[in-house]
Amino acid sequence: MTLTNVESIPGKTIVEHYGLVQGSTIRAKHFGRDFMATLKNIVGGELKGYTELMVEARQQASDRMIAQASELGANAIVNVRFTTTSVSQGAAEMLAYGTAVRCE
Amino acid sequence: MGPEIESAALIEWLNLFFVATPFLFLILAFITGKSAEKRHYRSIKLREETWHHIPAITGKQLPGLPEINSAELVVGSVVVSIDYFKRLLSGFRMIFGGEMKSYSSVIDRGRREAVLRMKEASPKADMFLNCRIETSTISNGKGKAIGCAEILAYATAVRFRADV
Repeated sequence: MTLTNVESIPGKTIVEHYGLVQGSTIRAKHFGRDFMATLKNIVGGELKGYTELMVEARQQASDRMIAQASELGANAIVNVRFTTTSVSQGAAEMLAYGTAVRCE
Repeated sequence: MGPEIESAALIEWLNLFFVATPFLFLILAFITGKSAEKRHYRSIKLREETWHHIPAITGKQLPGLPEINSAELVVGSVVVSIDYFKRLLSGFRMIFGGEMKSYSSVIDRGRREAVLRMKEASPKADMFLNCRIETSTISNGKGKAIGCAEILAYATAVRFRADV
């Protein structure tokens, strides 16, 4: 599966469009990580535990999007966008969406 | 008489400890936060020079680009928070208005770090097209919560055809 965030796949031609595909996940933070992050919060800087959490969540969201696209018979997704929303205190939603296409 | 005086002294010491703790945190935050920021900026500058030859552009295509062989999506992200001392300073800034320098330096560091991570995720690319940077607040830090923001950079990494 090829993913790009431009309208085309550079170097290839799109032969069929399948429309919008999306994948999302809502993640809550882990107690232990939260505790470490609270400590880290005093001195500032990167919160590594949270970065990992977001990376995992984004990976899962794009995996779901890819699963949806391959169900349709697509072999690439163009114009991929990511958005993050905090749904409630301590939980974040990660959404990945794009246009499923078949390219040659 | 003796133990009572001792316990009174103990309570006084405890009081002092509880009063002093926030100040200790402040000093700790000021020293470590400052040195961490300096160290981070040094590392960012060094890595930016290393990756300078692979441009990340916001455009989708440039006229005159060589033929493209392969394309893939690359992502880099970082979650940053501001230190205790700067948070206090920014509280004062809220009263008078103006630029909140302490916050802008944190977000600036995060943004440059995210772009660098995106580039490091695809070291063999020749160019990054359609680079987008997004910032989102995960938690606003009200009450007991931690105030932090996530910065995400993503782009399409392309490789040019070698034989051209």
